[in-house]
Amino acid sequence: MTDAVARLAVEQRGPQTVLRFAGRLDAEGAGLVWRPTLRAARGASGLTFDLGGVVHCDMAGAALLAAAEAVQGGTATLDSPPAQLESLLDRARAASRQVPHAAPPPAAAPLARLRGALGVVSDGIAFLGELAFAWVRLPVRRKMLRPADLLRYADQAGVRALPLVLLLGYLMGLILAFQSAIPMRRFGADLFVANLVAISLLRELGPLLSAVILAGRTGSAFAAEIGTMKVNEEIDALTTMGLDPVTMLVLPRLIAAMLVMPALALALDLAGLLGMATVMNAFGFPLVTIAHQVQSAATASDLFGGLFKGLCFGAAVAAIGCRAGLSTGVGPRAVGLSATAAVVGGIVSTILLDGLFALMFYRLGL
Amino acid sequence: MTDAGPTTAIPGAPATTAIQVTGAAQRFGRRTIYRDVSFSVATGEVFVILGGSGCGKSTVMRQLIGLLPPTAGEIAVLGHRITGPARVASLRVLRRSIGVMFQSGALFGSMTLLENVMLPLEMFTPLPPEGREAVARVKLGLVGLADAAGLMPAEISGGMAKRAGIARAMALDPPLLFLDEPSAGLDPITSAGLDRLILDLRDDLGATFVVVTHELASILAIADRCIMLDRAAWPDAGGMIAEGDPRKLRDESTHPTVRAFFRREALPVGAP
Repeated sequence: MTDAVARLAVEQRGPQTVLRFAGRLDAEGAGLVWRPTLRAARGASGLTFDLGGVVHCDMAGAALLAAAEAVQGGTATLDSPPAQLESLLDRARAASRQVPHAAPPPAAAPLARLRGALGVVSDGIAFLGELAFAWVRLPVRRKMLRPADLLRYADQAGVRALPLVLLLGYLMGLILAFQSAIPMRRFGADLFVANLVAISLLRELGPLLSAVILAGRTGSAFAAEIGTMKVNEEIDALTTMGLDPVTMLVLPRLIAAMLVMPALALALDLAGLLGMATVMNAFGFPLVTIAHQVQSAATASDLFGGLFKGLCFGAAVAAIGCRAGLSTGVGPRAVGLSATAAVVGGIVSTILLDGLFALMFYRLGL
Repeated sequence: MTDAGPTTAIPGAPATTAIQVTGAAQRFGRRTIYRDVSFSVATGEVFVILGGSGCGKSTVMRQLIGLLPPTAGEIAVLGHRITGPARVASLRVLRRSIGVMFQSGALFGSMTLLENVMLPLEMFTPLPPEGREAVARVKLGLVGLADAAGLMPAEISGGMAKRAGIARAMALDPPLLFLDEPSAGLDPITSAGLDRLILDLRDDLGATFVVVTHELASILAIADRCIMLDRAAWPDAGGMIAEGDPRKLRDESTHPTVRAFFRREALPVGAP
């Protein structure tokens, strides 16, 4: 193991700087003497490598010698080089002479960012156009919308999400009721907790939370599935076969999400009301009173408005997930980025849409 | 050659033998891919594992690099037994002594080519950052990718990815290099360049190469010796059907599959 340690001695012979190496000049040995070697070579008027004590030299050692020559700016004289070293050194010299391409000048950051943002917006608009076109052409491309795919996506987005939706809904109802019952009790208004929770759930929280679950579970899955297909050139294969990827891949997912979202929102509403009823019942209110209170507070427009919102949120989340998948770049990392974009885009768009709906329902007096 | 610990080295193992395989077999479930595969690879030779598609060439390589323990048989690499109880300890010792190029290059997608090659240098050597970069640039230069050092794997072609994979496999100048289908899918000029590179590295560094391929031109250009695997070597399993100098096998073998392989002929209908 002693010969594994590389050693360097520097000696001045007239104008020549002699670098005397010993031991193993492999990656480990070269690492030990790299900086001292370059320091000694810098500014030397002539270099000699005395390699008589070197027991082994590989490409890393040759790279060290080539780097020392490059720093000195000339070609060194080799003294007692080991077998094959000259050939290795020639390779290292040739490789270090190859000049890498200069990196492109960085674009002005704010301008590039603005251009990027505009590109994203215009791509999004183009995708909406493609989607609308696919809807219009659907009657003549019925074969491309395969019922088995539709059912699979509905199962993936709806049935498999149901346990999570029910659990989350029940806990939300429970927490909302408990948190609001304590302050309202001080005013003797704890019965009206049922009104508060019912309206919150039916109008807002039911569709909103379902959409968040859909974005996290299904939007990201859509993006990853389609993104992987893009990376594997399956989308290109569809296109070359004359099959429209939007009709074939996006529409079934979109329709499935739009079908299951109202059902998920309704399930979350019911589970939330059950959670609220649990707390209210624990506070001493009979179930009949709670049911009556909910009936008197919530109207059909609250329920159906919420379900309609769920349908729109489902469309937005699915479209954004599929769009993220279709715009996946190259390589496995791109799939991860697409899945992230799908979740973030799905949640943000849902909240934006919710704000628009709040404004619209207010204007319509709903 | 290796920084071998005394606990895993086989006492008395000849230094001239890089790999010794005795009776290796591989089963997946009830399907036996091959059995009774035995061969040895001498230090400093280019050894090719060849055979038709699906005969288990890449599986043999996965056993040799320690990714897949054989169902039966013994394998020793650089004097360390990688089967049996010493397997884990041996592989720990061997990791720095073997370089592997996978079929697709298997480059890390979040790093540039330069960073891919620098990674083993950063992990296993005391080289300073500028030293790592210089060594990595030399390796990329060797495979003709010096001007692509700053590119990401997603930005390069399949052939470039393979060459970058070889550069990364060579990063630590390991004495034993495994290359899985290095010239598959490459143009003849690039493929011939890779063949030349393998021979030069063998001659200059004394490295041992184990190459898995079915590219005939490449086999005849680089192989000192080879083994040929066949899916129908045994009635119930695949196995080894030939071993030796590929040029001799081409000219002298009487085995119908070996002859068909080297003459690029189709086997008669009904042949296994």
